[in-house]
Amino acid sequence: MNRKPDYLAHAVLLLGVVIFIFPLWVAFAGATQSAAAINRGDISLIPRLAGLKIFITAFGFGNAAKGGVPVWHMLLVSLGMALVIAIGKIVISALSAFAIAFFRFPFRMIAFWLIFITLMLPVEVRIIPTYAVMSDFHLINSFTGLTMPLIASATATLLFRQVFLAIPDELVEAAKLDGAGPMRFFFDILLPVSAPNLAALFVILFVYGWNQYLWPLLVATNGKLDPIVLGIVQMITTDQIPQWNLVMAATILAIIPPVLVVVAMQRWFIGGLTEVDK
Amino acid sequence: MERRTLFAGWMLPAVLVAPQLAITVLFFLLPAWRAFGESVRATDAFGLNSSFVGLANFAELFQSSTYQAALVRTFVFCIAVTCLAMGFGLLLASFANRAIRGARVYRILLIWPYAIAPAIASVIFVFLLQPQIGLLTNLFGRLGLDFNYATHADQAFLLVIVIAAWKQVSYNFIFYLAGLQSVPRSVIEAATLDGARGFYRFRTMIFPLLAPTTFFLIIVNIVYAAFDTFALIFALTAGGPGTATETLVVKVYRDGILNLDIGGSAAQSIILMVIIIGLTTIQFRYTGKRAG
Repeated sequence: MNRKPDYLAHAVLLLGVVIFIFPLWVAFAGATQSAAAINRGDISLIPRLAGLKIFITAFGFGNAAKGGVPVWHMLLVSLGMALVIAIGKIVISALSAFAIAFFRFPFRMIAFWLIFITLMLPVEVRIIPTYAVMSDFHLINSFTGLTMPLIASATATLLFRQVFLAIPDELVEAAKLDGAGPMRFFFDILLPVSAPNLAALFVILFVYGWNQYLWPLLVATNGKLDPIVLGIVQMITTDQIPQWNLVMAATILAIIPPVLVVVAMQRWFIGGLTEVDK
Repeated sequence: MERRTLFAGWMLPAVLVAPQLAITVLFFLLPAWRAFGESVRATDAFGLNSSFVGLANFAELFQSSTYQAALVRTFVFCIAVTCLAMGFGLLLASFANRAIRGARVYRILLIWPYAIAPAIASVIFVFLLQPQIGLLTNLFGRLGLDFNYATHADQAFLLVIVIAAWKQVSYNFIFYLAGLQSVPRSVIEAATLDGARGFYRFRTMIFPLLAPTTFFLIIVNIVYAAFDTFALIFALTAGGPGTATETLVVKVYRDGILNLDIGGSAAQSIILMVIIIGLTTIQFRYTGKRAG
């Protein structure tokens, strides 16, 4: 095409990109500056090269409000939480969708509706009673408590069911003729066929797990299990003046993993998200 | 829709659904059931005894002016966030769908905010707008605007709307772009040949084709604004100053966890459940997705 560039489109898109990146750029540039300069209200948009090592220092920076748990520890908790939630949700949803799509068993539709209902019961609407149940089971301040209740997923089950229902009958017949049992069929045929959906779900659920805030706020009370998102918010809401350069460096560190996952897997993610949510 | 070819037996499938069902019953249904129980009881001042009070907690809520205010505030908040986030998402998607150089790069640069935690979005905006040190606060100050979200109620409310929308634009962008890409090129080209141009062409030929996407996104954005913004608001203002940014989910937390009003908070939970059940039902009924 030899037309002149579409200046309007470039202008609008660039403006959009700048609006998204600007706050993050300020956080990045701010992290490299001295705490004193920041507290004077003297934040430069140009990062100080000598200050770049703050991104290393920040790993050891502790959250004073919670007994000094360091940033690296909180990052690990977040990583563990995101992985366990993403993989756990995928596993139990794929299994239950397989059961519901490929078998006829008593109370099948009741099971399906019970799972479906969880879509309508996010933590935000049942804060107190969920907390009470957690403490009855002694799950407060445990990694199990932090992750397991978030593993049920109506969204993932619905998606898998949809994918499984679209599997051609011939494929199932062929597998049966070859003498494959249900689980063999599940692992050798069903899962490979659904690989793109698995990848997309992984991105969505990893981001979901990494970004949890309210749940850890309820369940992690002694600091040992604070994920990074919770820790950073506590760093800026203490009574003392926050050490802004370190807090901003920690913030950048907290943003990198989920953004990397989304960008690296964007091809599956975009196709998958519109598929999953719709 | 059902499959024709099946596997036999009922033991195996029962085992396969068991983990999901167990978690669902223990951590979703049991708490929801308890919320019902607590919403019709009142606990005495010492938290020792509770007695059945019927719908008194609900009656009290609806008569309370702070609850009414929170309802209205949440409504305004949802509408504002939805309009802003969808408007910008559609605008960016319609330009990103044009055949321009670097379209793929733009796409990546516009989708990454999806990955940012709502609470973290607030943190980076605090750094920009912190009353004493914020870069933008100082800029506003030089322009003669006294910006302090910690003390000015309307500024705080405006700010949570802006951050919530900022965070949600990329979600809408992704869906609108997918929607636009399924509009046949020929439709767009035919419109161009007819001499229909720019906004007119968009409004009359393309926007109607996006109606299902738009409807779906309206529901999703309302649910997001109403329920997923707890962390965003709580990290920024904790509902303040006063109750300026106290939406319904923030109020449930404040009343239940901070003020220990168990019955009142449970009643609020029930109301929120009714709202979200309503929204989800609308979504499934009218977006062509069938659950059963």
